[in-house]
Amino acid sequence: MKEKTFKKKRKRLIFRAVLLVVMAGLVVFAIFSSRNDDKQVIAKGEKAPNFQLEKFGSDGETLALEDLKGKGVMINFWATYCPPCKEEMPYFEQVYSKYKDKGVEFVTVNLDSTDLVVQKFINKYQLSFPVLRDKSGEVMDLYNVDNLPATLFVNKDGEIVDKVIGELTLDKLEGYLKEITPED
Amino acid sequence: MNMITCECGHKNKEGTVLCEACGKPLNQNEAADGTNGSSLLNMRYDGSARRSQTYNRTWIDKIWNFFSSVKVGVWLIVLTLIASAIGTIFPQEMYIPSNVDPAAHYEDQYGILGKIYYQLGFHKLFSSWWYMVLLAMIGISIIIASIDRFVPLYKTLKHQKPKRHEQFMKKQRIFGQTEGTDIDIDLFKNQLKKQRFKIKEENGHIVAEKNRFARWGPYVNHIGLIIFLLGALLRFLPMMYTDDFIWVREGETAVVNGTDGKYYIKNKDFILDTYDEDDQRFKEALEKNGSPVPKNFQTNAVIYERTDPIVAGKEPELKEIKEAQARVNHPIKFGGYALYQASYQQDEFKSLTLKVHDKGNEDKDYGQFTVDLSEPKAEYNLDSGFKVAIEQYYPEYKMDSGEPVSKSKYPRNPAFVFKVYPPGNNSDPEVSFVGIGANIDATGENKYKLGLVNFDVRDVTGLTVRKDRTLPILALGGIIFMIGVMQGMYWNHRRIWLQPRKNGVWIAGHTNKNWFALRREITKVIDSTGITEPKDQQEMKG
Repeated sequence: MKEKTFKKKRKRLIFRAVLLVVMAGLVVFAIFSSRNDDKQVIAKGEKAPNFQLEKFGSDGETLALEDLKGKGVMINFWATYCPPCKEEMPYFEQVYSKYKDKGVEFVTVNLDSTDLVVQKFINKYQLSFPVLRDKSGEVMDLYNVDNLPATLFVNKDGEIVDKVIGELTLDKLEGYLKEITPED
Repeated sequence: MNMITCECGHKNKEGTVLCEACGKPLNQNEAADGTNGSSLLNMRYDGSARRSQTYNRTWIDKIWNFFSSVKVGVWLIVLTLIASAIGTIFPQEMYIPSNVDPAAHYEDQYGILGKIYYQLGFHKLFSSWWYMVLLAMIGISIIIASIDRFVPLYKTLKHQKPKRHEQFMKKQRIFGQTEGTDIDIDLFKNQLKKQRFKIKEENGHIVAEKNRFARWGPYVNHIGLIIFLLGALLRFLPMMYTDDFIWVREGETAVVNGTDGKYYIKNKDFILDTYDEDDQRFKEALEKNGSPVPKNFQTNAVIYERTDPIVAGKEPELKEIKEAQARVNHPIKFGGYALYQASYQQDEFKSLTLKVHDKGNEDKDYGQFTVDLSEPKAEYNLDSGFKVAIEQYYPEYKMDSGEPVSKSKYPRNPAFVFKVYPPGNNSDPEVSFVGIGANIDATGENKYKLGLVNFDVRDVTGLTVRKDRTLPILALGGIIFMIGVMQGMYWNHRRIWLQPRKNGVWIAGHTNKNWFALRREITKVIDSTGITEPKDQQEMKG
């Protein structure tokens, strides 16, 4: 009798423990999922998802993020109708060739819909780095960018080191760029 | 485990209120004599031991017992209701303008209360972690409380014996004593069978029972609720549930948001029908309204599936899968997704047709040209030898500290800086600024002017993208819930006990509800058997 009740009690304890663990697991899952519900935020430390876009003014030549493996990459989302984007563009131009030599690529993703407008802008600011066109906004969506400008700094292993929403200053820009410069 | 041995010899588990075998109230028990102070027995769970009240040894048991309590369950529901009610005082975050910072918005609009509201997370209550914890705790409470009550009740009802203790009989709400020898037990049993009672007999002791399954109604009901909750949980998985939105311009092919780049849609035509203002039936109502009232809005679309490996931004290879119309409540369905007609914007500019003429004389016309606003050319050569070049283009023009800028990439208010080259290469161009309702001569010395001849517009359709694979699960939960409700509501568990005495019989009856019907049935089954009508002891007291 004693042996039997002992076994029964054990069984009950295991049953209760298992059920509680399962239910707690479901709750944790629900809360965790709802936190991520505002889309999986592309955040620091994560792999930058791949994309492939047409280079502006290149007659169909495309650039994929994957092609830049082994290099530091700065991805900047911008548009001509975004005033702070205009402010920071000259800084990019200023440091572009210096960091290109050190193995950092600038990938600027433009979100305008009219080629002419972009062309006028590039001419005016005399931009020499590649401008990619994301007319449909698909890549912007992929990176969960809502406000412009947004700049991501990706290291040579393809991991996002920093994500900056809003305008950069020259100082800050250089600080971030140093972080993603591959050491040799 | 402590066992309580009843005088009938049956060993009962600790916590049992009424002996499982004979139904005698177990006075040794903490729960008094099973009567809760009244002269009648408390027949809840048929007096079986709810295990949660006795086993309390480890912390697992303690958690278990917490959730097993109905009191806790009710409190959780009350708290959730209060929180839900508070969540309706100020608008939820999704209903405030999207261009404002919620933190500032709530304080600006509603003062200090708004600030507290925001800080406590009421602005997005239904996805806040603590609201979900409350819901989850209700779910856990339902599961544990059900298990804890269902199992012992099931066992007790399965093993009940016809022979019951005197006190059990006496303390039933319906109870009657008959003295005499002239009692027709066979007729009594036959009449019970006619009323569809199931009879169990032991040495002349009888228990007649019907509709026991009604007792399981609440538990079936709870199973339905739990399935429903699980379905709601599954909505967090993107593969089970998607809710997104797209704007598509007429003539444009766009990726369908929320499908991970797999599907594309082409907006062939957007149609808006309004109610006829000259129709006698609607005239009065429409005049009151002032503006046209839409009767139908629909998008004629083509759906494509991407066939090449999906890389965001890469030009897709598309295969047409269907051509369909989306109207309100008539979505386009494909691959588990549904596109609902949800919104529209009319009359976005598509192209402008302009002409060059002499300033001051519109009839002196040097030719026309049409500017496609989504793909304007850099230069337009007119037959008359004139050349017009676009110096600047502002799709949605506005003035910002004295300078023209564009607010967005959409041609909602297009404006241009044109350079007009008269025939002959050596001449300098004239510069003029042309927009909708604006035509500015930059220098004031222009000989020529650009005039708007015509414009084309297009509509933009707004579609909701929805995928919901949890609906069948929610429906199943709902159906099981309703089955449980009916099971418990429309049938009642009824029992009649008959006990032979030295001189005559005792009769007792119990039901969980509808005592009146039980008494009517008893009247029928004792008809002409010589058994006296039992009394309702609760009614007598009142």
